[in-house]
Amino acid sequence: MVRRTFLLEIFWCAVGPTCFSLSGQGQAESVRQPPATPKDLAAGERIFRTQCASCHGQRGEGGRGATLAQWRLPHAPNDRAMFDVIKNGIPETEMPGHWYTSGEIWQVVAFVRRLGRIPPQKVEGDPSRGEKQYESKGDCARCHTVNGRGGALGPDLTDIGARRSTAYLRESLLDPEAAVPEAFMQVELTTQDGRRIMGVRLAEDTFSIQIRDLSGQFRSFFKSELEQLNKQPGKSPMPSYRQLFSGRELDDLIAYLHSLRGSP
Amino acid sequence: MRRYALIISLASSLLAQVPYERVLHAAREPQSWLTYSGTYNSQRYSRLNQITRTNIGRLKVAWIYQIQAHHKVETSPLVFDGIMYISEPPSDVTALDLRTGRPIWSYRRSMPAVPVCCGQVNRGVAALDDQIFVGALDAHLIALDMKTGRVRWDVEVAAYKTANSITLAPLAVKDKVIIGIGGAEYGIRGFLDAYDAKTGSRVWRFWTVPSPGEPGNKSWSGDSWRHGGAPTWVTGSYDPVANLLYWGTGNPGPDYAGDIRKGDNLYSDCLIALDADTGKLKWYFQFTPHDVNDIDANQIPVLLDATFSGKPRKLVLFGNRNGFYYILDRLSGEFLSAKQFATQTWAKRLDERGRPIRNPVTAPSREGATVYPDDDGAANWYSPSYDPQTGLFYQNAREKGAKYFLTEAPYIPGRQYLGANRQSLNGVEPWGALRALDAISGDVKWEFRLVTPPWAGILSTAGGLVFSGDMEGNFFALDAVTGKSLWRLQTGGPIVANPITYMNEGKQFVAIAAGSAIVAFSLDQ
Repeated sequence: MVRRTFLLEIFWCAVGPTCFSLSGQGQAESVRQPPATPKDLAAGERIFRTQCASCHGQRGEGGRGATLAQWRLPHAPNDRAMFDVIKNGIPETEMPGHWYTSGEIWQVVAFVRRLGRIPPQKVEGDPSRGEKQYESKGDCARCHTVNGRGGALGPDLTDIGARRSTAYLRESLLDPEAAVPEAFMQVELTTQDGRRIMGVRLAEDTFSIQIRDLSGQFRSFFKSELEQLNKQPGKSPMPSYRQLFSGRELDDLIAYLHSLRGSP
Repeated sequence: MRRYALIISLASSLLAQVPYERVLHAAREPQSWLTYSGTYNSQRYSRLNQITRTNIGRLKVAWIYQIQAHHKVETSPLVFDGIMYISEPPSDVTALDLRTGRPIWSYRRSMPAVPVCCGQVNRGVAALDDQIFVGALDAHLIALDMKTGRVRWDVEVAAYKTANSITLAPLAVKDKVIIGIGGAEYGIRGFLDAYDAKTGSRVWRFWTVPSPGEPGNKSWSGDSWRHGGAPTWVTGSYDPVANLLYWGTGNPGPDYAGDIRKGDNLYSDCLIALDADTGKLKWYFQFTPHDVNDIDANQIPVLLDATFSGKPRKLVLFGNRNGFYYILDRLSGEFLSAKQFATQTWAKRLDERGRPIRNPVTAPSREGATVYPDDDGAANWYSPSYDPQTGLFYQNAREKGAKYFLTEAPYIPGRQYLGANRQSLNGVEPWGALRALDAISGDVKWEFRLVTPPWAGILSTAGGLVFSGDMEGNFFALDAVTGKSLWRLQTGGPIVANPITYMNEGKQFVAIAAGSAIVAFSLDQ
């Protein structure tokens, strides 16, 4: 098996567009990225489930390790970088290096790249009409950002189409509290002088909390200054768009959101 | 003649700056911090009382030493004779001037790629005579010249290529250095070793997974003992009168796929008591037989002489990762009591001998099984503290569960050997608390709530204070009696370390690793 892998690696290096050298475990290895077959994806998934998912989560949703089910991975902007990360780890983090063969690493890379990346789907609506709905009737930009423009109260939607299915987007528009994103926390607090403030938590520690209130203003409180701090997991300040949009308008808006796929 | 005697005496004191007797009687010199937990009984309590409940508001940063690695820093410093000795990730050592925090010498070790489950960390060093000892991630034990940091000897404890690793601080006892091993997540076979402090030659080894023919081997099905784990990656305690070492052992391997290793899997998840001279097993107590939730017993055994059920007893207290606080007789290993101190669902209850009655629905399954605590535990490696003034045992508790899905677990050297992966519980925010337990009854007397599960140890002092930290960077002091928050400082980095205290030039200091820095505090003028 070792011999076969070695021969394959020579082959990849000789004919492929990318070829580079690694020096893990004191041995230089020449590797290039092979095309991923369904068999490779299945093998990558098998390795991921036994070796990676205990930290990164079953579906790459994160946990002790980083969330991998997202479009952009800061330490792995491209496949070669991800290969290096798996092979050598990330210095000064808990991500260790791994003693896999180059072929196995590419299999894992291929599988991880598919985590959290929703392939383009066939949609009913018109994205350009949907963009107009987003900006006008929906007033979505008041709370959400696309390509750096918009409000900061809700999640950034720049690459929402690559991260969420159309079914999820529809559900979020009709019933925003059906699936509130992990780590999103609505809070309601009352100060000792009787002010009641609603907002979204930005940060919190044992002694303080920082929020963005519903007007978009940043506010910071020591907990000792508060009469009451009511965290509302599963709640969202986003209204339902069930009554506002017709069925066609909703399709258009979903088509627009689905077209938001960030920069590859 | 008297002059020669003086010279000889001076020379020998320079040669042996930290003789064993000095560590043995560490409680008599609270101005120093001579061993990992302060004293061999691991109470992490100091008799220093210059910093008190009433003047704690004047506690200020005295100096900060920035470690150049941006990895989490878990070191618990040693302090004596004007110098602080710290380990730095992955396995380096630095000596700092106590007055200024400036480095005096550093030992830098080049490190191969070592597979480790949970970070390239190191929790501290040991001191004996004129040497400093550090365990390295590549499973070596190194003796350094105390004055210069130069290597005296460097021995391989185990092969790092099969994922053996060392992250714990060694324990120096008499003329030996005791060191454990990590790597259960990669299918190592655990042990505890003793090395001759002068030469580095191995004096004894106790295998925490017995081989065929040895007592306990039949608690492993087939050949599963070969990769049975039971690591020893947290520093233990020592009773000099009984001459016994007390050491916690970790999970069996593979962590979750219990069918591969049917049986109780001795001596995983145990507290073991070993003769310090020979390494012979005196007794063991298994907290979690046949663990399938990775709730290993790598915590600090705290030794206490106290009255229990009307009789004076020699006790060992143990805040276990499995969510129970145990009291055992430390001479016999007899189970005396246990009480739950954090949320747990893996056990329905413990029987009268302390053996758990398992809750079978919490075992990892193909469909996924939810369990509390998660595999980070209700407690972990970080130190608890016992305060003889309050009679309270302070324990940082983690309130966090997870869902576990069984997977296959092939053993391949150097690769993870787990058998399940986990999923966070949606919509449930984990949290934590510093809890004060009555050391004898185990009752929670008060708790100080933390917004996220902690990774910091605890120090208690005769000033009526309890020090600890949180993952958001707050280093804080509580009233040891009431738990009331008295002082805090936002250090700017997560606190994943144990606090210590010491005196220098007549002033009491408290020190903690925070983020990638060591911060020393003292009262302002």
